[in-house]
Amino acid sequence: MTDILNCMPYARFLGLQTLVSGDEITVIMPFADKLIGNPMLPALHGGSTAALLEMTAMAQVAIIFPSPRLPRPINVTVAYLRTGRPIDVFARARISRAGRRVAHVQAEAWQEERAQPIASLTAHFLLDNQG
Amino acid sequence: MQESFLTTILPQLAAGAAHTGALGFAFDGLHDGEPRIRVPWREDLVGDPDSGVFAGGLVTTLLDHIGGLAVWTALDTFQPIATLDLRVDYMRAARPRQDLLAQGLCYRLTPTIAFVRAWAFEDDPADPVAAAQSAYILNQTREPSTRAAA
Repeated sequence: MTDILNCMPYARFLGLQTLVSGDEITVIMPFADKLIGNPMLPALHGGSTAALLEMTAMAQVAIIFPSPRLPRPINVTVAYLRTGRPIDVFARARISRAGRRVAHVQAEAWQEERAQPIASLTAHFLLDNQG
Repeated sequence: MQESFLTTILPQLAAGAAHTGALGFAFDGLHDGEPRIRVPWREDLVGDPDSGVFAGGLVTTLLDHIGGLAVWTALDTFQPIATLDLRVDYMRAARPRQDLLAQGLCYRLTPTIAFVRAWAFEDDPADPVAAAQSAYILNQTREPSTRAAA
């Protein structure tokens, strides 16, 4: 199951690592210089955090609803809550509701303290129930 | 649009950071006053390896970034800004192994907030792969009387 992200080239580009406990996945984006968006602060590029959240949500959906095809995002909304500092980022997602075709997912990313998220995501995914 | 200091540094703002450089972003000019970024297709930026299509996260990053360029273009100056939030609608699958373009418009500036719409597409902005709606906070409050959306 942890291979879900490992088989995605972009997840490898971001260096994402996964931890699965039961049916919950935690994704870690270890700090790397190439994730920096603002060299002056320095700060992570918001897009790298957004991509981490999106792939965490996708992996969580894939774990709960195994399918030969990856769940496809319909839309994602990301709120940036705090500056991403040049250290590791962690993310977890929760499926709020899943119907026959669509899953609604929420995810949060944090750094040192889970209670101080740096970004949150709300997304809809199209489920492939054919497989 | 008139040549200004800002327009001379747009290529740097598009691709100059470590992340945007690593993703291969390249400034692709102003089109009807809207900045455009090109991302050359690359195998390591793909989501589903069976599809050969850019990952959703790459598209989100691109739309976030072009939005920032649209804000600076509307302000006609560089100043620190931060994305508040960003919504991306994925309208269709991108075409496999093709470069992606993004273009954005800051359609409203308040003294503290910039509102942006942006699109990602292969060649026709009217046939977008994804569309974004985003808000950015300006770190330096503007004079309320200044209208930047000229």
